[in-house]
This record gives sequence, C-alpha cells and structure tokens, in this order.
Amino acid sequence: MSVGLDKSAVDKSPADKSASDKHTEELIDESLQEKQKQPDGLVSTNSRRMAGLLVCLVVLAAVLLLSIAVGSKTIPFGTVIDALVNYDDSNDHVIIRDLRLPRTLLGLIVGMALGVAGGLIQAMTRNPLADPGILGVNAGAGFAMVVAVAVFGLTSIWSYIWFAFLGAVIATAIVYTLGSIGRGGATPIRLTLAGVAIGSVLGGISSGITLLNPTAFDQMRQWNAGSLSGRSLEIVLAVAPFILIGLFLALALARQLNAVALGDDLARSLGANITRTRILGVIAVTLLCGAATAAAGPIGFVGLMVPHVARWFVGPDQRWILPYTLVCSPILLLFSDVVGRIVLRPGELQVGIVTAFIGAPVLIMLVRRSKVSGL
Amino acid sequence: MIGEGTRNSVNETSTAAVVAERTNRLRAEDVTIGYDKRVISEHLDVEIPDGGFTVIVGPNACGKSTLLRALSRLLKPTTGKVLLDGKAITSYPAKEVARRLGLLPQTSIAPDGIKVADLVARGRYPHQKLIRQWSREDEAAVINAMEATKVTDLSARPVDELSGGQRQRVWVAMVLAQQTPLVLLDEPTTFLDIAHQIELLELCRDLNENDGHTLVAVLHDLNHACRYGTHIIAMKDGAVVAEGPPAEIITEELVQEVFGMACRIIDDPVSHTPLVIPLGRERQRNIEGAKV
Amino acid sequence: MSIDFGRPTTVVRSPKEGWSARIDVRTVTVCLVLVALALAIGVIALGSGDYQVPIGDVLGALFGEAPARIHMVVVEWRLPRVLLALMLGAALGMSGAIFQSLTRNPLGSPDIIGFNSGAYTGALVVILLIGGTYYEIAVGALVGGIATAAVVYLLAYKRGVQGFRLIIVGIAISAMLGSVNTWMILKAKLDDAMAAAVWGAGSLNGLGWTQVWPVVVVLAILVPLILVLGRRMQMLEMGDDAAKALGVRAEPTRLSLVVLGVALTAMVTAAAGPIGFVSLAAPQLVRRLTGSAGVTLLPSAAMGGALLMVSDWVAQRAFAPTQLPVGVVTVSIGGIYFVWLLAREARKQ
Repeated sequence: MSVGLDKSAVDKSPADKSASDKHTEELIDESLQEKQKQPDGLVSTNSRRMAGLLVCLVVLAAVLLLSIAVGSKTIPFGTVIDALVNYDDSNDHVIIRDLRLPRTLLGLIVGMALGVAGGLIQAMTRNPLADPGILGVNAGAGFAMVVAVAVFGLTSIWSYIWFAFLGAVIATAIVYTLGSIGRGGATPIRLTLAGVAIGSVLGGISSGITLLNPTAFDQMRQWNAGSLSGRSLEIVLAVAPFILIGLFLALALARQLNAVALGDDLARSLGANITRTRILGVIAVTLLCGAATAAAGPIGFVGLMVPHVARWFVGPDQRWILPYTLVCSPILLLFSDVVGRIVLRPGELQVGIVTAFIGAPVLIMLVRRSKVSGL
Repeated sequence: MIGEGTRNSVNETSTAAVVAERTNRLRAEDVTIGYDKRVISEHLDVEIPDGGFTVIVGPNACGKSTLLRALSRLLKPTTGKVLLDGKAITSYPAKEVARRLGLLPQTSIAPDGIKVADLVARGRYPHQKLIRQWSREDEAAVINAMEATKVTDLSARPVDELSGGQRQRVWVAMVLAQQTPLVLLDEPTTFLDIAHQIELLELCRDLNENDGHTLVAVLHDLNHACRYGTHIIAMKDGAVVAEGPPAEIITEELVQEVFGMACRIIDDPVSHTPLVIPLGRERQRNIEGAKV
Repeated sequence: MSIDFGRPTTVVRSPKEGWSARIDVRTVTVCLVLVALALAIGVIALGSGDYQVPIGDVLGALFGEAPARIHMVVVEWRLPRVLLALMLGAALGMSGAIFQSLTRNPLGSPDIIGFNSGAYTGALVVILLIGGTYYEIAVGALVGGIATAAVVYLLAYKRGVQGFRLIIVGIAISAMLGSVNTWMILKAKLDDAMAAAVWGAGSLNGLGWTQVWPVVVVLAILVPLILVLGRRMQMLEMGDDAAKALGVRAEPTRLSLVVLGVALTAMVTAAAGPIGFVSLAAPQLVRRLTGSAGVTLLPSAAMGGALLMVSDWVAQRAFAPTQLPVGVVTVSIGGIYFVWLLAREARKQ
C-alpha cells in the first residue's frame, strides 16, 4: 500500500501545473485503456453509451411522472396535468402539489445523491461492495437523531434534520481523521476499518439510548425504515443545495477517480494527486450522503447497486459511470417508492424497505452470471 | 553359443525391463486431466522411474503442472488412474499417501506470524496422531530438514520477514521433514536467485543420489533440467513428446519442436550434459544466411 | 540438540512414547490468566447487584456453607447468568476462530452467510406474530438462522461455492431480511417492538438454570469435535494444496468446521439472541497476546468467555438499576476494537 506523500507531485508552480495536469490527464486516460484488465462493458463505444444515457433519461422522466400520478388515492391523469399547469385549490390538486410533488422531487435528489455517493465510495475504497454508509454517515445521522429526541425532545423530521446532517458530517470527519493517522494517509482499508469502528460504537450507543427511552425508540424505528413521505417542500429546498454541490464535486472528480482506481502507486506515478482527490471525494460523499440520509433516513442498496450495474454496462470509466448513476439511481428509488405506495394500499411500504427487496434479487441474479464476477 | 546367449540375454533384459516397469512406484495410466470443462491432457501414460530425478519440461501451459498435480492426487483424472505402489492413489487414506509422497506446491500461504521452525514442523503432520504430537522422530526429522536446507539459523524468525529465496527454502524444509520416499516439486526454483537455484538443485541431487529419494520436478530452465535430471519428460500441448535421459533426448530438433526455439546444443564443460544455447533472432538469421 | 522455536516451549512425553505433545508456554499462560480473570469478574458479579454480597460469602455459597438467603441469591439467581456468560462467550470466541481461520481473513464471521439476520427474522416472527415463550423464540431463531444459511449457500452454489459469490449473496439476503425485520418492528406495538429489539441486541437478562443445561449439553458435544479438527484447521491455513499434500482432506474438513462453527453461533443466538463482536474480536485480541501464528481455538474461547463476562457485568452495573442488553455493550466495545485494529494497521506501515 501507499508509503508516503510524494511531495514532488504537490509542489508545482501554477503555469507548470496546468500543462502537467493536462499531461497527467492524458496519461491517466491511456493508462486506463491499456491497463484495465476488466472487460470494457457491454456498451463499448461512446456513441452507444450516449444513446444509452438518453434512454435512461427518458425512463427517468417517465418515472417522475409516474411518481406524481400514482398514490394511495387514485387521481385521474388529466387532473394530474391540470394540477401542474392550472393550479386551483381543489383537494386533488393539493395532494398533487403538497404531497406528491415534494415527494417526487425529494426522491429525485436523494436518489441522485445516494447513487453518486455510492459510486464515489466504491471508486475511492476500491471496494465494489462498498455502500456509502461505511464512512459512518448512517450511524452518525442516526445517533444525532436519537440524541435530538432523547435529550432535546424533538420529534419531527423538520426539527431534527439539521441534527442528523450535522451528525453525519461529524461522524464522517472523525472516520476520515481516524483513517488518516499514521504514515500513508487514508488508505481504503483504513477508511473501511474506521468507518466500521465508528459505525459500531455509534450504533451501540444509539441502541443503548433507544432501549432505555421509548420515545426515542419510536422515532428511531420510523426513521430506520427510510421514507420519502411526510417531508415537505421546505425539506427538499433545505437539502438541495448541499446535494447539488456534492454532485458537482463528484462529477468534477471523475477523471481523478479513474487514476485512483489503478492503485495508489500507479496513480502517483502518473502524477495524480491522491490526497486531494481523497479529501474532495470524502467531502462530496459527506455532503451527498449526509443530506440524503438526514432528509429521508437510511436507504440502502441504491448506493451499492446502481454504480455496480452502471459499471457492468459501460465499463470502468468513471466519466461514464457517474452520469449513468446520476440518472439511474433516482429511477430505482422513485420506482421503489411508487411500488411501496401501491403494494399495501391504502397503507404504505417505506421506500427503504422496498429498495432492499428490489435490489437484493437483482444483485443475486447478477452474481450468478459468471461473466460479471470481475468487479 | 554366442548367438543363443545373446538372444537369451536379450530376452532376460526385456523381461527385466518389463518387471522393472511394473514396479515403478508412481505412474499414470491412460489419464485424462483438465479443469472444469477444459481438457489439458488426454490418454496420457507416464512412468516415473524409481530412484531417479525426473524433470518435466515444456513451454507455458503445456500441462506440466497439471500432470504433477494429477500425480500428487491434487487433481482427479476424469478417465484412467494414477497408481502409487501398484494401487490406485485414490484408494489410500489421505495421510498414507502423504507418508509416501510429498509435494511442494507452486503457491502456499504462510500463516500470519508463523516462525520457521513451526512451519517446518508442520511437515510431520502425516506421521502424527492426536495423542502422539511430537515424538523424537519428529524432532530429529525437523532438525535434519532444516540443516539440509540451511535454514537452521533462521528457525526462530517469522517466515513473512524472510526474503523470497529464504522462504522457498523453508517450504522445501517442510517437505523434507515429511520424509517421503517420493518427492514432487512444482517449479521450486521460481523465486530464487541463481546461487540459490543451484543450491536447491544440488540438494535435490543429494536427496536423490545419497538418500535414495525418487524426485519429480517441474523446471523452467532446460539447462538445469539437463544438468540435474536423470530422466526428462518433455511435454507440449498436454502430450508427452519425448522422454528419456537428457543426453539422449535433448536435441536441437526436440527443442525446436517443443519450444519453437532455434538453438545450438553443446556439451556442458562442467557437467558433461547437454547445454542448450538459444540462437536469438540475429544469430538465427546469420546462421540461416550462412547455411544458404 | 534441540530446535529453537523462537519462544519457550515444553515437550511432554510419556515414557514409552505412547503419547507426546509440544506445549507453547506463552499460550498456556495467557489462557490460564484469561480464565482466572473471567472467573474473578464472575465472582465479583455474583456479589454485586441490588443485594450486595461480600466476596467471602460468595465463595462460601459456591464451595461451602452459607445462609439460605445468600445461597439463593448467589447460586440460584446469579450463578446461571455468570455461567452462561462464560460458556456463551467461549462458544462465540471459538466460532469466530473457526471462521477467521477458514476464510483466512481477520474479519471473517458467520454473518457472511446471513445467519444473524435470519435468526432475528425467525425470532421476530415468534415474538411479534405468535407471542411465544423463551423456547419458542429460541426455536424460531434457530430455524430462521439455519434456513437463511441454507438459502444463501444454495443461491451461491453454481458448480461449487466461490467465496466471493457467497459473500455477495449473504449481503443481499441479509439486506432483504433486514428490511423485513425493520418493517416488523415498525408495525408492531411499541412495547412489543422494544421487547423484540432487546432480544435483537442480545441479552442475558432473566436467564436461569433451565437455560444453562441445554447449553452445557450442546457444548459437551460440539467442543470435543471441534478440538479434534483443530490441527486440520491449522493445516488448511497454509492453502488447500499444501494441506492436501500433507494428508488433510480439505473439503470434508472445511465443511465439518463450517457446520460446527455455525452450530456454535446458532446455540448462542438461540440462548441469548445475536450477540455481536465477541466472535470477531476475541481471536484477534488473543493472538496479539499469545503471539501465535494464525488463530487458535482454546485461547480464543478463553478470551471470548472473559470478554462476554466483562461485558455482561458492565451491562448490569453501568446504568443500574436499569439493565442494558449485553449486546449493546459488546457492540460498543467492538467499535473500540476496530479502532485498535486501525492503530495497529497504522503502525505496521
């Protein structure tokens, strides 16, 4: 694993930097094409990849519409369109505008956030089984929420959302710091270990608190299911900026992530700045995952599976994986949410529960096809 | 009369040869071996001469290691059988096979933190029982094995702190501690520098000539094979192309056929065994040009 | 002439070499110290609680004469719990050692086959839907756990089981069952849900002598079988090829060890719910103390017993008079264990 910081990769004058950065980028691209032992993905030419992306965008639009149109109360499609275009204060229109629209929008940005965070984590820890929660985000958010309820008596999502976000951020910061002590910085193994460590301590303490405090237990068991319902537009607007910044950061890091995927030594020899990539990556994951989890609770599988499947389709190039993940994760999330609304009518099945039921069989199917074993 | 005597002695020789054939301890009869659906060798017949140092040579992926694995019971043939001391090798209990036949695999894992003496001592497992875990024979065998491979000084050190060459010698010591009449070695010289390669091969020769072990090794280096082997098996594409003493079978034509490489063969001035000298492209052209 | 093993070793042999053994002094010492420590904490735990009993009286109640009231508190109420903590902890430590040895990975654990999630599902079904007793919950947990392990194994089987496929299928099934569990907890009445969650955290609360005997019987059967396979397990750590070359039948040995390891875990889960981290941490912690190569069975058991004993005592006393489930304490300790692993990893660089 990595042995020390390569100073020469860091100290460069600005003019040199742009030229050498460009050169680095070319080297990384070449190296990626030559040295990748993995197959190039099902969709192997750029034009086909672009076409696939457009198809996914169309599907996303369809699912967005589906999410607005479907719910526990059947509302005719014409009314749905009406509510968006000619709003009047009728009951149905209120449902559309105040319940389903925020829910759909939340699903969109939370989906994007979780998926991209998952892709980032998988690239940074070089572990195709990494879930964005391993950096301690879920545990931190949950812990902070439990404290908010048990200590401060807050009981609505709007009141403890900022606690949750702060908890997620602080937990990730601790995990990253813990993972960076000692020579070599935050290597994938160390980040994973630190994440599991902090996750278990916080989980244990949360468990202890909730088993002693029924109100906290009640809030936690609802939060644990991961849900998009009951969140108003304010919540969407509150978390949107963080998610957008995180997405922007993630997409900008795509190329650097390709280098990191080649292994620390090789990446460094190509001139990539690993530490900077890692720090920015962790910041992006924190913003994305922290905001998403704070708003909707812990939702699994989206971050684990979508980047995986995207990689299967387009190969190991992050510059394609991330955009595909960006578009396809909300498809999975919103679709799961819609299923959850239909399956137990008039009640609801939380989206966090549905994603596991959809995601797990797909994952098992994938792993049984021998071709996909190379992750 | 002379004619009759000669004929008789010829008959006796061939009878003796047939008898000797039947008593070779390790052989493969009409075996087909492969992995999953891929067949590497079909209907292979191989005899390992007792008391000899057999070396299996051939290009990459010719089936040498596969054959060795089949001979050592690691790989089960789909047809045919491998015979150890006249009986099918699969009919013996596992520990019994391990008392007669030792194998140095290509890759082994040294448990985290294990010390050299501990690892070598594990080679005594086939001779030990649940209640007899450390007899005097065990101790003596381990001491001798470590001396023979010159790792006695390292006996208290953790194996993962050793160099590649030292580690390989420790694995060989473990196989030696097993004290088996037959020893199989799968590419034993791969991680060693030239001095250690020769040292290991000299050790093998000692085991063979002085202690009477029958050795079978897969070697990459053809010259080492010629110098130390008493019986060569040359393989290509899963089949045996030639076998016999090095001086007889290692010819320029064979090297060209098996390895696809042009060479010149001379007499090694030190060991008087065939010395294979690859020609390389330029020299090949020069020679071909000269021939024309 | 003798061999330098790099550490103090004693050899014991019977006069006619009928039996012999090589004993590592440091390992034995560590084991004895751990057992002594566990027993000491056990004695302290026997004396502490709402009704304090001085140590002298505790020992008296255990070995000699004591007034009826003290005898009842110490021997009838508290002793079974202490014994269970020791035995279940030892079982967890040993099970962890088996899985870490077989997977050659210090993070190996029986949960890769989804056992714990399935056990929780089975128990929840009994607790929340049927409203069963201790034994019914135990049976539910066993059935759930074993069924899940079997399903995971079958789904991962495709002309043999590859480790990698097993892990992914295990993760997928665990996640699905985790969702089912979350939903069941969500839909139940608050009281029932909390009771179920207490089980899910792993707890020794309220366990008495009737729960001790089945554990003793099961351990009496499983432990000797495991110890017999112990040397073969060691050989497997060198890789299948080397082990087979030494006369170990790799596949049957591995399968037997997996079954025995799962059986140990199943026993603990049925008796007290899924208790986390002891099986993960005990083998590695004790390795650090004994300096041995690879994981060892008996020392891991000793460490497991000590860990669970200490955790249970903390769980009982830390927030007295409320009793925490011991699983909460072990999980928190587990986090600290990972921090320690991290520090060790950092120092190795």
